[in-house]
Amino acid sequence: MNKPLRHIAIFCGLLVLALLVRDNWVQYVRADELSSHKYNQRVVIERYASPRGNIVVDGKPITGSVRTDSNYFVYKRTYSDGAMWAPVTGYASQAFGANQIEKLEDGILTGNDDQLFFDRTLAMFTGEKKKGGDVITTLNGAAQRAAFKGLGDKKGAVAAIEPSTGKILALVSTPSYDPSSFAAGFSQEEAGNFQRLDKDKDKPMLNRALREIYPPGSTFKVLTAAAALENGVVKDIDAPTDTPEPYILPGTRIPMKNHASGCENASLNQALEVSCNSVFAKLGDAVGRDKMVEMAEKFGFNNPEIDTPVRAAASVYDKTMSRDGNAQSSIGQFNTATTPLQMAMVTAAIANDGKLMKPYMVDELRSPDVDLLEKHEPEEMDRPMSAETAQLVQRMMENVVENGTGKSAGIEGARVGGKTGTAQHGEQNKARPYAWFISYAKTDQGSPVAVAVIVEDSSAVAREDISGGGLAGPIAKDVMKAVLDGK
Amino acid sequence: MSVVTNTTTIGAIDLPSRRNTELALLGFAVAIPVFAYLNVGLALDGKVPAGMLGYGIGLGLLAGIAHLLVRRFARYADPLLLPLATLLNGLGLVLIWRLDQSPRLISTSKRVYGSFSPDAPTQLLYSAMGVALFLGVLVLLKDHRVLQRYTYISMMAAIVLLLLPLVPGLGTDSFGAKIWIRVAGFSIQPGEFAKIIIAVFFSGYLMVKRDALALASRRFMGLYLPRGRDLGPILMIWAVSLLILVFENDLGTSLLFFGMFVVMLYVATERTSWIVMGLLMAVGGAVGVASFAGHVQSRVDAWADPFGSCYADSNACQQMAQVLLSFGSGGTLGTGLGQGDSDLIGFAANSDFIFATVGEELGLTGVMAFLLLYGLIVERGIRTALAARDPFGKLLATGLSGAFALQVFVVAGGVMGLIPLTGMTMPFLAYGGSSVIANWALIAILIRISDTARRPAPAPAPSPDAEMTQVVRP
Repeated sequence: MNKPLRHIAIFCGLLVLALLVRDNWVQYVRADELSSHKYNQRVVIERYASPRGNIVVDGKPITGSVRTDSNYFVYKRTYSDGAMWAPVTGYASQAFGANQIEKLEDGILTGNDDQLFFDRTLAMFTGEKKKGGDVITTLNGAAQRAAFKGLGDKKGAVAAIEPSTGKILALVSTPSYDPSSFAAGFSQEEAGNFQRLDKDKDKPMLNRALREIYPPGSTFKVLTAAAALENGVVKDIDAPTDTPEPYILPGTRIPMKNHASGCENASLNQALEVSCNSVFAKLGDAVGRDKMVEMAEKFGFNNPEIDTPVRAAASVYDKTMSRDGNAQSSIGQFNTATTPLQMAMVTAAIANDGKLMKPYMVDELRSPDVDLLEKHEPEEMDRPMSAETAQLVQRMMENVVENGTGKSAGIEGARVGGKTGTAQHGEQNKARPYAWFISYAKTDQGSPVAVAVIVEDSSAVAREDISGGGLAGPIAKDVMKAVLDGK
Repeated sequence: MSVVTNTTTIGAIDLPSRRNTELALLGFAVAIPVFAYLNVGLALDGKVPAGMLGYGIGLGLLAGIAHLLVRRFARYADPLLLPLATLLNGLGLVLIWRLDQSPRLISTSKRVYGSFSPDAPTQLLYSAMGVALFLGVLVLLKDHRVLQRYTYISMMAAIVLLLLPLVPGLGTDSFGAKIWIRVAGFSIQPGEFAKIIIAVFFSGYLMVKRDALALASRRFMGLYLPRGRDLGPILMIWAVSLLILVFENDLGTSLLFFGMFVVMLYVATERTSWIVMGLLMAVGGAVGVASFAGHVQSRVDAWADPFGSCYADSNACQQMAQVLLSFGSGGTLGTGLGQGDSDLIGFAANSDFIFATVGEELGLTGVMAFLLLYGLIVERGIRTALAARDPFGKLLATGLSGAFALQVFVVAGGVMGLIPLTGMTMPFLAYGGSSVIANWALIAILIRISDTARRPAPAPAPSPDAEMTQVVRP
C-alpha cells in the first residue's frame, strides 16, 4: 500500500502548495488593490484613527478634531466658522469623503505623507500616537470675514489676491454650507444634511469663487483696454477714439447699445469712466480676435489647470468666434465667461505693473511638531503687458473710482482703481443680471490687494438697482479696507 | 553452532524514543503562544496582560501532562504531533482572546444578543477537555487494532451522528446550515466526531474488501471498473454525502467525507480508476446540488465575484469580500497582533473566519507559517501510515491525515477565495468545542498508531534449538 500512499502524500503537498500560491496571490499580488479597495473601511478608519492636522489661517486653526464615541471612526472633523471657510477648506466627512484642501493635502493632514515618514518612524519607537501635520494658508481672516459679511444672504462670490505674490487673501462663496453638519455622516440626521445640501437648487456646496464661470460684463473692458494699448491700437488714453454713435457691430446691422451718454468719439479714459460699450467693442475689433485671445490667455483664460491647489474652472475666451462675436466679447458678453478668481487675477496683474503671479492658498506645510516641510514660493505665471501699459490702465481705473461708476469703492488714504460690471445673461438677457466689481488698492508700498466681487441676482433689490457699483462695490471696498487696516 | 546463545538480541536495537525532542519542541509550542499573548496585550493596552501568567501556566500544564502520559503510554510516538497541536491550539486561544478584546465585536454582540461574553475562557475549557480526551484515548486504547472490531458499529454510529442535527428539537439551524445539535446548553457539531468514526469504519471495511475491490474488476476503456456489489459502498457514501449536503447545507463535510473515502479506497486498492470515478461523482454531485440549493448557489456567486453586483444584497458576498479585504490589508508582514481590523468581518470572526485574523495581523508570512504547520501535521500523519505495519493502521492513519489535509484545504481555500466557502472551521485554531475536542482525539489516534509503528519489533521467542539440552532428573 505504500506506493499509492506516496501519491497521496504528494497530493496533500499539492493542496498545501495551492494554498501557499493562493495566499501569495491574495496577500502579495493583490495587496495594494485590496487594501485601498472602495469597500475597505480600513482606509477611512485609518484616516480618522488619529486627530487630523489643521488648516491654519493667521496662525489660528480654522479646523479641529474631536473624539467620538464610535468604535469605527475615532475622530471627527470640526470647523470653526465652517460656512465662511468652506470654499477654502472643503469638507472631510467619514461617510462622504473629502474635497478641496481637505482632500488635496490629505497626506499631510493624516500624517501619511511620505514627507512625514521620519516622524512616523520616530513615533513608532517613542510610542507616540500618530498625528497629522498642519496646512498653513495664505488667507487673511479679516478680509474673508468682510467678504462673507458683505455678501450676507445674497448669492455670490469674492476672490481677493495679493498682487505682488499671488497669495489668495479671501475666497468666499454664498450661499455656503457648514462642513461640520455631515463630518461623520453615518447618522440619519447627518446623511440627511448632506443630501439636502447636495440637492439644494441654490447649490451651496458649489465653490463659486473657483468653480463657477460667469459672463464678466463690463469688468472685462480693462482687459480690452490693456490689449488696445499693448497692441498700439490706442496710443494716448486721452485722445478721441473715433467711435461713431451708434456703433454697428462688424458684419451685422445690429447697433451696440450704450447705457451711458457721451460715448461718441470718447477717449479711452472717458469710455472706461462711464463704461461705453461702443468704444470697447470697436477697440476689441481693431485689436482683432487672435490678438484678443492671446491677451486673454496670458491672463489665464482658457487654462484648465489653474491649481491653487484646488483647481479653478477654466475661464473662456472663444478662439473661433466671428468678428461680431469678438466685438461683443470685448465688452464681456457673447460667450466670454470667467471665474471670480480669474477677474481677481486680471486686476492683480494690472495692479502689479503687468506681472501676473500664480495664485495660491497653501503657504506652508508643517509636520506635527511644527517643523517646516514645504514652503510655497511666489511664482510668476505670465507677463501679459508692459509696466507702462499697466500704469496707464491703473490711471484709468483710478479715474473710474474717483469720477466714474466706481465711486462706492473709494478709500481714504489709498489709491483705489476699479471697474464695475453688469453682466446680462439668460435667454434674451431676461434673467437678473450679475453685478460685478473688480478693484485694487495701492499705497506707497505697492498694492496689497486686488479683489473681484460678483453678486448674482439678489431678491432684495429691484432690477434697475442692480449695478456693479451699487451692490458689489461696497463689498470690494470692505475687503480692501480689511487688508489695508491689517498692514 | 549450538553454542551461539545471543542471536536473538540482534533485532532488538532500541530506536531512539525521541521523547526529549518532543519535550524541547513543546517548550517552544508553549513559549510562542505566551509571547503572542504578551504581544496582543502590549498592542491593545500598552501593558502586560493580566491573565498572561495564568494562561501560560494553563497551557504549560496541559502540554506537560500530555507529554508525561505520552512518555508513559506511547513511548515511541512521533515527536512532532503533540507540539504542533499544542502550538496551533495555543495560538488559536490567543487569536480568540484578541478578538474578545475588540470593542466593535463587543458592541455588536451587545446590540444583537443583549450581552457579551468572552469566548477565550470557554475555548480554554474546551481545549482542556480536548487534551483530556487525548489522554483518555492514549490510556484506554492500548492498541489501535482494537478499533477494527467496531467496524460496522462505527458505520452506524457515524450515520446516527450525521443525522442527529436533523432530529426535530435536537438540531439547531443557525445561519443556514443545520450541523449543530443542542444538548444541555452546549452546541455540538456531531460531524466533527463522525469524521473520525467514519475513518475507522472505512479502514475496517477496506481492509477486508480491498482484494475484491482491487482484483475483481472488468477492464473498460483502459480503466478497471469494479463489480456492482463492490461498487455498493462507494455509491452509498456518495449518496450519504449528497444527503448531508442537501439536508444540512453542509458542503464542507460532505466534500470531506467523500474525499476521505476516495483517498482511502485508492490507497487500499492501488487502482487509479477509483480516483477517476470518485472525481466524476464528486463533480456530478456538486453541480447537481449547486444548481438547485440556493444556499450553495449564493456561496458560489460570492466566490466568483464577491465585489460584483451581488455585494449590495448578498450576505455571502459581503462576508467573502470583507474576508478578502482583511487578507489583502495584511500584506506581506501584517499589521501586527492586536493591530488589525479583522473584526470588521463581524459575523463568525473567531470561528469560520479566524484565518482572516491571521492573514491581517500576521500577514502573508504568518499565513504561510500556519499552512506549513498544518502541512507538517499531515506529513507526520502520512509518515505514520507509511511506517505502520498493519493494513488497518495504515488505512486509518491515511484516512485521518487525508481528512485533516482536506479540511485545512477546504477551510483555508474557502476563506482565501480559492474555492467556494463552506461552513467548516480551521482545526485547533477556530472557536468551537466539538472541533477542538475531536481534533485532539484525532491526534491521539495518530500518536497511538505511530507509537505502534515505531516500537521495536518484539523479540522473537527464544528458539528452543538454541538452548542447551537439559537433563531432567527424575
